[in-house]
Amino acid sequence: MKLHEHQGKELLARFGVPVPRGKVAFTVDEVERIAISLGGTVVVKAQIHAGGRGKGGGVKLAKDACEARVLAKQILGMTLVTIQTGPAGKKVGRLLIEEGCSIARELYVGLTLDRGASRLVFIASTEGGMEIEEVARVAPHKILKEIIDPAQGLTTQQAEKLATALGLTGDTARAFVPFASNLYRVYLECDASLVEINPLVVTKDGKLLALDAKIALDDNALFRHADIEALRDLTEEDPAEMEAKTFELSYISLDGNIGCMVNGAGLAMATMDIIKLAGGMPANFLDVGGSATKETVAEAFKIILLDPKVKGILVNIFGGIMKCDIVAEGIVAATKELAVKVPVVVRLQGTRVEEGRAILASSGLNLIPADGLAEAAQKVVATL
Amino acid sequence: MSIWINNDTRLIVQGITGSHGKFHALGCREYGTNVVGGVTPGKGGQDVEGIPVFNSVREAREAVKPNATMIFVPPKFAADAIREAAAAGVELIICITEGIPTLDMVRVKNELRGKKVRLIGPNCPGIITPGQCKIGIMPGRIHRPGHVGVVSRSGTLTYEAVDQLTKLGLGQSTCVGIGGDPVPGTGFIDVLEAFESDPKTHAIVLIGEIGGSDEEGAADFIKAKMTKPVAAFIAGQTAPPGKRMGHAGAIISGSQGTAAEKIKKLESCGVAVAKSPAEIGSTLQRRLS
Repeated sequence: MKLHEHQGKELLARFGVPVPRGKVAFTVDEVERIAISLGGTVVVKAQIHAGGRGKGGGVKLAKDACEARVLAKQILGMTLVTIQTGPAGKKVGRLLIEEGCSIARELYVGLTLDRGASRLVFIASTEGGMEIEEVARVAPHKILKEIIDPAQGLTTQQAEKLATALGLTGDTARAFVPFASNLYRVYLECDASLVEINPLVVTKDGKLLALDAKIALDDNALFRHADIEALRDLTEEDPAEMEAKTFELSYISLDGNIGCMVNGAGLAMATMDIIKLAGGMPANFLDVGGSATKETVAEAFKIILLDPKVKGILVNIFGGIMKCDIVAEGIVAATKELAVKVPVVVRLQGTRVEEGRAILASSGLNLIPADGLAEAAQKVVATL
Repeated sequence: MSIWINNDTRLIVQGITGSHGKFHALGCREYGTNVVGGVTPGKGGQDVEGIPVFNSVREAREAVKPNATMIFVPPKFAADAIREAAAAGVELIICITEGIPTLDMVRVKNELRGKKVRLIGPNCPGIITPGQCKIGIMPGRIHRPGHVGVVSRSGTLTYEAVDQLTKLGLGQSTCVGIGGDPVPGTGFIDVLEAFESDPKTHAIVLIGEIGGSDEEGAADFIKAKMTKPVAAFIAGQTAPPGKRMGHAGAIISGSQGTAAEKIKKLESCGVAVAKSPAEIGSTLQRRLS
């Protein structure tokens, strides 16, 4: 789960990480009120779950509350297209209004999981403001990493080493130690999967300030953070993906026109791959899980058909625990109930496969059977 | 021979009185696995169709001398279940549970470092030595005893690959599902190393997917250390970046962890990579001929 910048900053502030004064606004009037209370120059920042907002026109400087109001009117409700949103862009529903600050240096700090080490890694770079991926590509030597031993946590020595490497001195270097250790606490205590401050600025008077905040949380740990889960912005979520979640289905919508229903995440990805190899494009990823019932199969069909682009469906079930006859009954029931118009190719393998195929064949429905994975993909592509 | 499990394995099941735990404990026993007990706190003294239930792993350890455990405990309590098994001295821990918080696994994996304990999973289908011992949720009957070692991050895609191998007459020595989480107890290299030194294993099938760089690490290891032929498949060639594809670990971050990158690396290290998931078995067969 991703947080908006303003939500991330509220969390950071709670853990003692310095952030600019500011507040979220949903209307132009709120923007004006906040700008007046902050006084002076303010920054108007579009809140969407994507980076590259500045270049996309979603971050503007206003010299006073009056100008903030004018800018807010332009940005609120606009569809912001950035390098991370894709061509469709994202609609701006809220703004963060913040005080301006005088920037001496822009740095980068971030915390995430180092999968190779199975430990957290604190990443820092002098090249703040740039995408860290871009820094990794053009100047990998400018990325510093400290792997954290979970038994010890981020040590003072590690934080001091990073401060020195970032070229910080005096009070600023001293302030970096609690800054870094508080960031680490945010990561641990909120069960984050990413905490990224880009840029971390050094102000002209030598203070550290988190000018941006990108925080993502581990979905598997949300059960112990009901307060954070309540922050979820539903306008940022794909409605079909949310619907799928309520039925414990794992669904991701894609750009193609062949809907897929598969059991198991690896096989679901492999099924998407083989559709492409056969010359088609998958409309979605959908894993019905290992113990799907007649009802979940029906729900899966409904969700696939919510997408008007879908012109054909490929069902690929490798029955291990799932029995093919149960799956077949679910497919027949759902196809009838939903009056499915698009062609459906069904590939069943595994437990009780003969019984399953017999149910499909005797249903009187136009369900196209397939034995192998490649054959199934070719057949569904051929129906388009 | 085989790796890690065989006819001598004595298995207990943590969470045996839950619906999944019970179903799969019986499934393993039916396959021929020596299931010697189960653990559910507060239910000691009961039995599950003749399998004795204990209150703790320590009690089970003393009474029935298990050397392996299979965990079906819910995600909230799974990390502690792993700790409990390790503390009681069970050498092989297979954790099937899906949805364990990543930080829990970071801590547990760190605590297990240097101990004589092997953790497989979490979020995995388990491990099987065909004809001898099955610990997990995979359908036993698609397997045949033989000489191909299989290691995979997936569940049903592994069944697909095993089914292809069996139909081509290529039996399996041991099949290990390492699971789809970003912090797996056992990685590709651990399994490859074991297969390399197992005389019964003559060739290997590796099934990876998008996310992380374990496949790249495995490729380097294969090039440097392995004498046995390896075929591979990487799922997720069509997966978009930034989206978690079912498995917690299956996510392309920026340009990191793409299928294309992994395939290129594996091929450059001498691995025969199947283009299509329908050709995993035949790719290995060609590599062997």
